[in-house]
Amino acid sequence: MGLELLVASAIGILTAAGMYLVLRLRTFPVIMGISLLTYAVNVFLFASGRLSVSAPPILTDATVYADPLPQALVLTAIVISFGMTAVVVMIALGAYLGGDDDRVNDPIADNDASAEGRP
Amino acid sequence: MTHWIVLPVILPALLAPFIVLAARYHIGIQRVFSVGGIIAQIIIAAGLAWQTSDGTVLLYQLGDWAAPFGIVLVGDQLSTLMVLLTAVLAVFVLLYAIGSGWDTRGRHFHALFQFQVMGIMGAFLTGDLFNLFVFFEVLLIASYGLMIHSGGNLRLRAGVQYVLFNLIGSTLFLFALGAIYAQTGTLNMADLAQRVALITPEDTVGIRLAAVLLLLVFAIKAAVVPLHFWLPSSYAEAPAPVAALFAIMTKVGAYAIIRVYTLVFGPDVAVTDGLHSVWLLPAALVSLSIGMIGVLAARKLDRLVTFSVIGSMGMVMVTISMFTPDSITAALYYIVHSTLAAAALFLITDMARAGRANLDLTAQPTISGAALTSAMFFVAAIAMTGLPPLSGFLGKLMILQAGFDTPRAVWIWSVILISSLISIIGFSRAGAVLFWKAKSIEPSETDAPEDMIAPPSALSYVAVGGLITLLVAHTALAGPAYRYFERTSAQLFAPAAYLSTVIETPGKLSTASDKKKEEY
Repeated sequence: MGLELLVASAIGILTAAGMYLVLRLRTFPVIMGISLLTYAVNVFLFASGRLSVSAPPILTDATVYADPLPQALVLTAIVISFGMTAVVVMIALGAYLGGDDDRVNDPIADNDASAEGRP
Repeated sequence: MTHWIVLPVILPALLAPFIVLAARYHIGIQRVFSVGGIIAQIIIAAGLAWQTSDGTVLLYQLGDWAAPFGIVLVGDQLSTLMVLLTAVLAVFVLLYAIGSGWDTRGRHFHALFQFQVMGIMGAFLTGDLFNLFVFFEVLLIASYGLMIHSGGNLRLRAGVQYVLFNLIGSTLFLFALGAIYAQTGTLNMADLAQRVALITPEDTVGIRLAAVLLLLVFAIKAAVVPLHFWLPSSYAEAPAPVAALFAIMTKVGAYAIIRVYTLVFGPDVAVTDGLHSVWLLPAALVSLSIGMIGVLAARKLDRLVTFSVIGSMGMVMVTISMFTPDSITAALYYIVHSTLAAAALFLITDMARAGRANLDLTAQPTISGAALTSAMFFVAAIAMTGLPPLSGFLGKLMILQAGFDTPRAVWIWSVILISSLISIIGFSRAGAVLFWKAKSIEPSETDAPEDMIAPPSALSYVAVGGLITLLVAHTALAGPAYRYFERTSAQLFAPAAYLSTVIETPGKLSTASDKKKEEY
């Protein structure tokens, strides 16, 4: 019971913090938020094969075993999210260095046609 | 077991590293291999489509592991149709990229293009939900590279938005997969279809959650309002050939919705009852309206085209959300049409850049090669807005007909008809300002840099002309195409052949072959 509570609350807190950060305006907190979300989802995927303590991750004669498939899924998810985070850091860094501004929204210059109409 | 079905994934996966490693500094060799690879894809895709046209379901077990344990690639009529559409679109986009020199404005265009094609093909062919996630990531990571191809600050900025939005989508996808696995213990679509049907009514929390999350993920891909915000700026800022290739990416979302919600959460599955009619249909109607209003409100040609993409995706989604065999038939016809029309419009937008300082919809001196470009814009706009005689009109007719008997027919008919009118006004205003009013303005010497004045190359015209020819063919051959799509949608609504092919084909670890061994 203690293990379930620990894992569930860890997923919940990570997701909540991640969602909060994702809604920020600048790229750095948003990327941090996405990292937290991916950690949350990794733990979630891991738990999707049911939590078990000191059970072999392989089907043997033992009656209790840990499901090995979520572990493989998590491995894939970790690699992909790690690579994706690296990519978004590079692109965001390029945009920041080029524009001297790390906001996520569209720059004003992009909407100049519509900005002219405003007072 | 045929091995052909894995080739659309393997071929670009081998070509792309070859292009990066061996032909890095030779744009000529890159072009030859890239075009050659895509033409080979067309031939393979046509072969696959021909094989499946009589209703057979092709199956490929990777490593010969049997279905619920190993990953399978499955080719039915829908998959092979989408694979063929991707290959045909890719060849014209590639020709345009070569003709306009877009592929020389940054590095690794061709390698990224091949990886992108690999991801799209894989997403269409896979029969496993986690594998679908992996192929989504493959096509996304290639699209991030293509999206910011040749750099520029605005493009990088739009790229950041695009990447962030899609990363959140991927995270949602993983949450959905975790929920599905926790509830059913499988991620193979065919196996899942059988197990979802067995879930008892009081035990459906996880699977309902997963169904909604999956719909959200696919709706992000398909740019359904309110999840469409990533699309306008990223498609408008992306290089034109890339935006044209992205025309198929929104259809990946539509394909995934059709596949998962006919096979796994089919119309007769009680747990997801009401998901389409209550949630998807209104969202689709709103995105159709927003898209077409955006067409009218856009002040730049590239934004106008992106909003027309949102509108046409709304149209596709309205049709899909009815989930009857007739509506899926109409949706398939419209998907093929709108992919070709949107790609042609993105390429024409790039042509209209020749000799203009920007793409603002204000009267500026005539662009170079205006006569042919404006004629092509005229034809593509007719197709996109759904005026007769082109396929947009026929597609819309089929959609209206499919929606006639549904309870919300009044809403569907009125929104489709009014939004069509709005988009016609939007497109005719854009065309008039761009090509007509330009005649009344004296050309000034300083308006555009010298190298921009050169008219688009002949190859560019061939590429756009090819897409338009396909649109005309899609109209002229509407009868046979409709009958083919009818069979496709009938196959989707009778998934017994799909299920039995995937589950019962023997392989390593399969229970069926174990039984045979015991008999010997």
